[in-house]
Amino acid sequence: MRTSLRGSIDSSGALRPDVPEVTVVEAVNQALALEMGRDERVVVIGEDVGKSGGVFRATDGLYGKYGAGRVIDTPLSEGAIAGAAIGLALAGWVPVAEIQFLGFAHNGFNQVVDQLARVRYRSAGRFSAQVTIRAPYGGGVRAPELHSDGFEAHFAHAPGLKVVAASTPYDIKGLLLASIRDPDPVLFLEPLRGYRQVRGEVPEGDFEVEIGKARIAREGSDVTLVAWSGAVQLALQAAEDAQAQGISVEVIDLRTLVPLDAATLAASVTKTGRAVVLQEASLTAGFGAEVVATIQEEAFFSLQAPIRRVASPDVPYPVQMLEEQYLPNPERVLEAIVATTRE
Amino acid sequence: MNEAAPAAEVNLDGVAPTPMPPMVRYLDEDGEVLVDDLPMSDEMALEGYRVMVRGRRFDERSVSLQRQGRMVTLAPGIGQEAATVGAAMAIDAKTDWFVPQYRELAGQLWHGYPLTMAFLWHVGHPIAFQVPGDLKMLPFQAAIAGQLPQAAGLAWGLKLKGDPGVVLAIFGDGGTSQGDFHEALNLAGVMKAPIIFLCQNNGWAISTSISQQTASETLAQKAVAYGFPGVQCDGNDLFAVYATVREAARRARDGKGPTLVEAVTYRLGLHTTADDPSRYEPPEMHDLWVNRDPLRRMQLHLIARGVVDRPALDKIEEEVKEELRVAWEEAQKEPAPDPTYYFSHVHADQSPRLHRQLRRFETGRA
Repeated sequence: MRTSLRGSIDSSGALRPDVPEVTVVEAVNQALALEMGRDERVVVIGEDVGKSGGVFRATDGLYGKYGAGRVIDTPLSEGAIAGAAIGLALAGWVPVAEIQFLGFAHNGFNQVVDQLARVRYRSAGRFSAQVTIRAPYGGGVRAPELHSDGFEAHFAHAPGLKVVAASTPYDIKGLLLASIRDPDPVLFLEPLRGYRQVRGEVPEGDFEVEIGKARIAREGSDVTLVAWSGAVQLALQAAEDAQAQGISVEVIDLRTLVPLDAATLAASVTKTGRAVVLQEASLTAGFGAEVVATIQEEAFFSLQAPIRRVASPDVPYPVQMLEEQYLPNPERVLEAIVATTRE
Repeated sequence: MNEAAPAAEVNLDGVAPTPMPPMVRYLDEDGEVLVDDLPMSDEMALEGYRVMVRGRRFDERSVSLQRQGRMVTLAPGIGQEAATVGAAMAIDAKTDWFVPQYRELAGQLWHGYPLTMAFLWHVGHPIAFQVPGDLKMLPFQAAIAGQLPQAAGLAWGLKLKGDPGVVLAIFGDGGTSQGDFHEALNLAGVMKAPIIFLCQNNGWAISTSISQQTASETLAQKAVAYGFPGVQCDGNDLFAVYATVREAARRARDGKGPTLVEAVTYRLGLHTTADDPSRYEPPEMHDLWVNRDPLRRMQLHLIARGVVDRPALDKIEEEVKEELRVAWEEAQKEPAPDPTYYFSHVHADQSPRLHRQLRRFETGRA
């Protein structure tokens, strides 16, 4: 896809002047601005979200447009941000809270996992928490540890919490709008690596992408390759490399981790008979294990080979000079794809 | 740094504790009035006493039922009735929120939580967490101080809406050691949230004494660092707690932000029914606080004032006994939750994945 000043040219080569290309972080910003304009209950809270516009500029311009009463800088305190978001929701607001990096959500882990996720359940339906917690995450941008770790599995194991991990600007905008409007809490993970690197067509107006539905990012017939968030671009590249070797790879972008779209996984693997699951996080007990288990439950008798996982090793996230050797790369993904076709 | 500040050398030994206001007290241990103007009428005091008795007898009955195997592990609030009822009386149930930990039942009864629900809580029925109707109260909270950031957010949200309500958030001495305590008080101070943080310092966090919990001279003084007032009151004196929280609520309503109130009280009972205080509690300490029992103190006060006589107190006991009997009977009539109940209320909708787990549960198939 090429970028044009007047719009974009889609994969069929047609000029689409009405649908401009934006980055992932611009898509986040569009969704926030749109929803704040549409719903007066929406408030944006977090560290540096106000005048600064967020450390990644995701909330850029919101403070000027909607004022200090709805775009509110908080103390440097993830527990207070997540916990107060619950209280704000109880008072009738619709908070969109930014956690600057997912790794720091652990400072407020109790408020996210033990509290936010259970508001409806613990009150037997009397209360609910229409709260979205946005958090960029993932490696490959030369950031320090905890700014880069793939911690999604820690939150996917919390009943009551929906976890979105989309990859394209279109899905980010549509899913963020759906998340803010969801009556229950959503942890909305944003691909740090894709923030400015990934561009795509995004309609300027209002649209939603349904939570809980995966996307076929590339159709194929020999191997199903499953990825989410920042790893989707890597999966697409590996699929391209595999094509050069005559292997047709179907790439599934999960978009939502919880609830998991088992039907799309099952349909694809039933067709291909082979699967590779790609996760950026360290291997053991990662979300990829849930995907593997689901595939073997849903499509075991279609499998012609063991399901393979590509992940980072079970070591803490390394410093920048070792980052590239740690994260999955196209070669390792391709190797897994090729290996599964030979079994 | 303030440019006008004079030069000073380091002298850490010279740092004195922040001066704090004296502990608020209205009654001595025997119910004698220490202050001329009492903060509430005799009629109101009697109503408060009645709810304190209701809380006390409920806890005693519950411990007894638990010992018979008819209730789950529970945390009685015996000895702390003045602290929670006095605080509840000082806010307005129509506009204000009561955010409990789990040892505030007497106060919750004043705020409007039904006695039948309280029994259902102790038998482990999920309906007890569905705070009824439009009662402004959050459910019980197992995570110590976990409710505080939420209470701060709630108060902040009320302020942003121009809602006249204030929030009463209650927790214990152990809660002040939690990060959530710090994060909540700090946020509430910055946002000038209309909230009263009421710490029931009952001397014990299970077996951990207050001196093992903190090196602070008082818990109230922690407020100073957050930029709002902290004050101790005699937590076994209904009038002291009431007057202190009423003043804190007035400040909150006037836009002056939070207050930390430390109600100095004592856990005369068990941490929970799984606890054995004889392993750690010095008997002389227990005896000391038995003499400071808030119920005894109010009885002596009300009799001395001529509000009630012994037969009238006995009549209250009889009436409360009957209320408890009726409420326990009502609670037992509540149908047991459907075995699939716990699939409800996870989300507003039910994902295909969870729905399938429910179907498997219902059909008994793997």
